[in-house]
Amino acid sequence: MKILVAVKRVIDYNVQVRVKEDNTGVVTENVKMSTNPPDDNAIEEAVKIKESGKAKEIVAITVGEEKAQETVRKALAVGADRGIHVKVDGVIEPLAVSKILQKIVDKEKPDLVFMGKQAIDDDCNQTGQMLAALLNWPQATFASKIEVKEKTLEVTREVDEGLETIEVNIPSIVTCDLRLNEPRYASLPNIMKAKKKPIELINASDMGIDTKPRIEQIKVEEPPKRKAGIKVANVEELVQKLKNEAKVI
Amino acid sequence: MSALLIAEHNNTEVKPFTLNAITAASQIDSDLHVLVLGYNSETVAKSISEIPNVKKVIHIDNEIYKNYIAENFTSAVVKNAENYSHIICSANTFGKNLMPRIAALLDISQVSDIIKVISSDTFLRPIYAGNAFATVKSNDAKKCITIRPTSFEPAETSGGSAEIVKGDLGEQSNHTKFIKKEEIKSDRPELGTARIVISGGRGMQSGENFKLIQDVADKLNAAIGASRAAVDAGYITNDHQVGQTGKVVVPDLYIAVGISGAIQHLAGMKESKIIVAINKDGEAPIFSVADYGLEADLFDALPKFLAELNKLNTIQK
Ligand SMILES: Cc1cc2nc3c(=O)[nH]c(=O)nc-3n(C[C@H](O)[C@H](O)[C@H](O)COP(=O)(O)OP(=O)(O)OC[C@H]3O[C@@H](n4cnc5c(N)ncnc54)[C@H](O)[C@@H]3O)c2cc1C
Ligand SMILES: Nc1ncnc2c1ncn2[C@@H]1O[C@H](COP(=O)(O)O)[C@@H](O)[C@H]1O
Repeated sequence: MKILVAVKRVIDYNVQVRVKEDNTGVVTENVKMSTNPPDDNAIEEAVKIKESGKAKEIVAITVGEEKAQETVRKALAVGADRGIHVKVDGVIEPLAVSKILQKIVDKEKPDLVFMGKQAIDDDCNQTGQMLAALLNWPQATFASKIEVKEKTLEVTREVDEGLETIEVNIPSIVTCDLRLNEPRYASLPNIMKAKKKPIELINASDMGIDTKPRIEQIKVEEPPKRKAGIKVANVEELVQKLKNEAKVI
Repeated sequence: MSALLIAEHNNTEVKPFTLNAITAASQIDSDLHVLVLGYNSETVAKSISEIPNVKKVIHIDNEIYKNYIAENFTSAVVKNAENYSHIICSANTFGKNLMPRIAALLDISQVSDIIKVISSDTFLRPIYAGNAFATVKSNDAKKCITIRPTSFEPAETSGGSAEIVKGDLGEQSNHTKFIKKEEIKSDRPELGTARIVISGGRGMQSGENFKLIQDVADKLNAAIGASRAAVDAGYITNDHQVGQTGKVVVPDLYIAVGISGAIQHLAGMKESKIIVAINKDGEAPIFSVADYGLEADLFDALPKFLAELNKLNTIQK
């Protein structure tokens, strides 16, 4: 079995994101970047499946600018076998990413594609479902448990009401939740070894896909600030304030 | 043209967030039609037809829609989408799972999780866990939009009498099989729509200690929330998680207990009307959004809080 894993480079989740003064976006200069957190879970799950003997090859793919390669390199360091970097500059929307991934899937013919459930920059939560639609494959989104069976996957999904279990035929798309597993760290020797693993570079412009954004970002602003609150001295004061000042109890 | 909203329901009742989505959808286009895909779901179609904002109900009733398989829903929506300018649904796990699949087949770049309708093509949406608000304009001819339900009031549910028509059945996918849903039933109000929410974090230390939270929740008729750390640690089930990758709540009163206030948690509760934080670390970031902060050990404060509440006779259920 072959697993393709899509990894996106985003502003690190620990960074306090700041809006640019000219309202054209958020500050990205000199800001720490990392792999989108659930994408680490996607890689980890693929590696675990390979370790269990059920998969032969893991290919990590990213779509993005020059530096996005770092995320593929990191995937290689924790166990992916080779990488693909589809280079594109500027903003790229989930629809365009999914069209690019569709072409890569046509070429690579993986049995499974693992992705994160949501990118923490655009918070779109779209790409996996879109790719599944374009390929006409089944989708198992928001996965917190995956069991690989003969020709199917049994996937536990985190939904608003609790947990849902579905069975999807292979080939399929899975989007991963953070609770799927505990991503491992790359060891130094594996980081060194990963430097020798191949990363294929493809220019999006050579793929014949229109990647122009369809959504215009008119402006980006700071959200309204909450007015500063107070500290109360004790529980009695808290209850008094809630009752008499805020009038919420 | 008209807008088409996909209803969420459990085959007997409309899910509350559909009502919020209806409010947003009718701001986008007042000629709002609602698509009900379900099995033995006549009562759902009927109750939606009574919502004054709804101008027409398209009902497709078939066993293949019983378990909300996205593949089956998508085919039906795409088949019935032709005459609509907007396809809309709420941005909860139902809509998040479904809408992008529809958008891709229609070759539309979806606008996710809008919190404000500026015009029929321009919307406000949070990005970066709500650390920035983006005003975006969709240039696709047809638009696929998901609505953050807590940013809109629920629509009135009675007084209307929209016609109910049958829609075209979609194809069935043989690649996905529903196995089970473990729904956690409780008598408490639903987290997404509760007037009061009390949430516990890693500071609770164990699942048993959530009893302290339950007691207060019972007293206040509140829903119970949690941080991701508390869910990850197994103190409480995933349906309670509030935050960027959990649920968004906007209650009148949100009480955060033993929660540090990571931005990913704030993303799910920052818009609450009144926020209370109980934390023993005076520097915890949760205090920066709290209207009332109590720097205290929760194991001391929660029993006292309950005792004080018990002294009040005025708490409305
Ligand atoms: C991509 C991504 C998505 C995420 N999504 C979410 C999300 O949706 N929701 C979410 O909540 N988190 C989310 N997180 C996790 C988030 O970053 C934090 O790790 C998490 O919110 C921390 O939970 P916590 O505040 O309960 O735990 P901690 O940060 O460990 O805080 C525990 C707090 O309890 C206090 N405390 C301890 N003992 C006591 C006591 N006896 N009395 C009083 N106070 C006490 C401590 O002072 C501390 O402030 C996400 C993270 C990532 C990377
Ligand atoms: N540019 C990209 N390169 C690789 N994978 C991506 C890219 N954009 C999105 N993805 C994948 O799709 C998931 C969901 O992203 P989104 O739809 O943007 O929330 C991410 O977690 C990634 O696995």
